[in-house]
Amino acid sequence: MLDAEFFRRWLTGTAALVDREAARLTELDSAIGDADHGSNLQRGFTAVTEALAKDAPETPGAVLVLAGGQLISKVGGASGPLYGTLLRRTGKELGDAAEVTPGQFAAAFAAGVAAVAGLGGAKAGDKTMLDALEPAVAALGADTDTFAAARDAAGQGARDTVPLLARKGRASYLGERSIGHEDPGAASSALLLAALAEAVA
Amino acid sequence: MAGGTVGIVLVSHSREVADSAAALAVALAGAGPDAPVAAAGGTPDGGLGTSSELIAGAAAAVDRGAGVAVLVDLGSAVLTVKALLAEGDELPPDTRLVDAPFLEGAIAAVVTASAGGGLDAVEAAASEAYGYRKA
Repeated sequence: MLDAEFFRRWLTGTAALVDREAARLTELDSAIGDADHGSNLQRGFTAVTEALAKDAPETPGAVLVLAGGQLISKVGGASGPLYGTLLRRTGKELGDAAEVTPGQFAAAFAAGVAAVAGLGGAKAGDKTMLDALEPAVAALGADTDTFAAARDAAGQGARDTVPLLARKGRASYLGERSIGHEDPGAASSALLLAALAEAVA
Repeated sequence: MAGGTVGIVLVSHSREVADSAAALAVALAGAGPDAPVAAAGGTPDGGLGTSSELIAGAAAAVDRGAGVAVLVDLGSAVLTVKALLAEGDELPPDTRLVDAPFLEGAIAAVVTASAGGGLDAVEAAASEAYGYRKA
């Protein structure tokens, strides 16, 4: 079973990975975006860590809803409302249960990813975070062993964005010039799934 | 939706763009009952980006009970307003993201609201700006 402490570990672990990889995310974003993805996510997840330390919500759903709200309000770029919606929707799907099964989490996370797709109007293959998130959803199953598979699927999905033509966001204005670069949003989504797998330990 | 004038919020990645668009729209609206207009541009520290706090503050400031029309430029401005609307309680009741070109739509919206038009009329006027061909 996964409790509130597990989800706190996931999000603070994501914050640590974002800190460590911020320069790489910004470098990816400087190729096809506006070069602020690393610093934006750092600001957002720092706010998440601080809010969780202060409030310490007692259910998985409340942890995710609080974190999502912080991302929407603190990030300043498109990744804020997108990641914020992902976490909030996932949290709302989990309701007010004190503990959830990995299978319940997988279903809730799938709903969160669907909400992200609805918000941005993107689909798999558009060279966005969905190219990492959707393979992760497909890999998530009924036990925590699948979290490592989801991490690997997200990482592969992010790398697979390199040859794609961007169809959403600022990178889409670049047309053919977006080809040959890994999508920064898919790269940061891979970090989110890497932290999920780490949190199981 | 009884009484009051529709409020207009202009959300841009840039404080200068939002402020200037608001000033232009108000200047061109001319005579008549003034519609409340607020700009929510950039981040609170003056940088480029979108601030949900500035948006929520602007919407609250222009709410007169007749609805609030929000016009946005692009990218994170669109997504942040949609995310705030999905929250349900962050923006005044009858707040609507209007699908319109930013500057031309802002002018049409402010003129229409200043003339006493309701939220539907404001939205229609702003959206119609897409149909005005320039070449």
